[in-house]
Amino acid sequence: MRIFGLSLKVFKTLLTTQYAYMLEYRIEIALWALSGVLPFIMFSLWSQNDVGNSFGLNDVGLARYFLSAFLVRQFSVVWVVFSFEEDSLTGRLSPYLLQPLHPLFRYVASHLAEQATRLPFAIAIAIIFFILNPSSFWLPSLPQLFLAYLSTHFAFTIAFLLQSLVAALCFWTEKSSALERLIFVPYLFLSGLLVPLSAFPSNVLKVAMLTPFPYLINFPAKILSGMPVDISNGFLAQILWISILVPSVNILWKLGVKRYTAMGA
Amino acid sequence: MQRYFKTIRLFWSTAFASQLEYQLNFLIELLAMLGTLLGSIFILSLFFTGGRQLGDWTWESALVIQGVYTFLDGLTNAILRPNLTEIVNYVREGTLDYVLLKPIDSQFWLSVKKFSFAGLPEIILGLSIVFWAAIQSASTFSIYSLFVFIISLLIGFIILYSVWFLIAASSIWFVKTWNATEVLRALLAAGRYPISAYPVILRFIFTLVLPIAFLTTFPAEAILGELKFNILFFGLILSSLFFIFSRLFWKFALKHYTSASS
Repeated sequence: MRIFGLSLKVFKTLLTTQYAYMLEYRIEIALWALSGVLPFIMFSLWSQNDVGNSFGLNDVGLARYFLSAFLVRQFSVVWVVFSFEEDSLTGRLSPYLLQPLHPLFRYVASHLAEQATRLPFAIAIAIIFFILNPSSFWLPSLPQLFLAYLSTHFAFTIAFLLQSLVAALCFWTEKSSALERLIFVPYLFLSGLLVPLSAFPSNVLKVAMLTPFPYLINFPAKILSGMPVDISNGFLAQILWISILVPSVNILWKLGVKRYTAMGA
Repeated sequence: MQRYFKTIRLFWSTAFASQLEYQLNFLIELLAMLGTLLGSIFILSLFFTGGRQLGDWTWESALVIQGVYTFLDGLTNAILRPNLTEIVNYVREGTLDYVLLKPIDSQFWLSVKKFSFAGLPEIILGLSIVFWAAIQSASTFSIYSLFVFIISLLIGFIILYSVWFLIAASSIWFVKTWNATEVLRALLAAGRYPISAYPVILRFIFTLVLPIAFLTTFPAEAILGELKFNILFFGLILSSLFFIFSRLFWKFALKHYTSASS
């Protein structure tokens, strides 16, 4: 069975080649992993100033939440718009478009391969975190881990689709990576990377929950850290966003390819 | 010396002309900046719910820090980011050769070649917040506190520039580690909050190892008239050391430069 040219065999080949490629850039990927320290900085602030109690989290709860937020971010981070912009500006996109495979799958594979390369670094950072904060140590139960894994993958899918929407604008404008900032800014503040969303005043929270952003960090991180969370509603919202975004990306992509002029050709 | 000023003027006027082509970019940057500022102030306000303070800082004085951060971020976006992130490309493509051949100091050329005008609104807005919030927190301005403020901003900027340049210069050896600047940027975000709000270990690191305190907290204290003279003095020495080190490091790095594909 092939979906947009993707079969199991093609997918496996893509993944293994991309994984081999990513393994060459281990130091670079370690640095990317390190550049996700923001949740830890925020954790030190929230716990030092005893703010956690005001939104119902003690120090251990805060520590677990922010470590989970860090891990979820590690495996849902997306950069497709930057690769895509480069490929489209340098004309590398043209051969990809000729292949009987949707070019976006190539980027999906490289993201998944990068996540696999990241795994050891993320685990190492988590271990260091536990050494520094031994009281916060916990191991999520297997079903918990499975649900967190699933929701992180959904979060990655939503983030990837959102950015692909911006990437498809590359067909119209040369500098669509600048537009990515307009997604990144609300993501930064509404996803729960800086503070658990339960700290928000209720009217801000209501608005935030109407956007896809809380389902990118806050929801999976809550599952992983064992905080009380409405699991079925969360998954429902994630699936809803995916089912809205898939056709949107598809339509915009089709419209865009018609305009593609193969820069530099 | 005059030659250098003239060069900067020429660099930045051509930069202005070329950026007029991308007016939409300017608008997007402006929107992103306003969103970031709004979000940061919102997050900051969460620390103050229920009449709490953030490491002895009142709401208004913490806003001064946000202002200083925004100002420095504007300078970063205007000068540091466009110039210093290019260095790795010069190294990778071998075009650094042409820069080195020019009859002007290479560190100077690499540091000021570009100027992104999208950073300007952020610089202006940052300063406005600083002064507005300083007035709100009832600080009494004097020529002296203003003077100390400018000096401490300069100290902060020089430290920021030197650290960033050091990382960029190390790309002469490790082309692949240039995204260490991303790690730096992530750590710099700690400067949005007063240094006294952090745990003791981080306070120590952010003062002496990666001196983020000198970037935002101390300039904010300066405009509020609370900066101790010995800290200012220490800052002057520290920033000079950082700058001298970046310069020596660059000379050292150039000795190891072998050019691409040769």
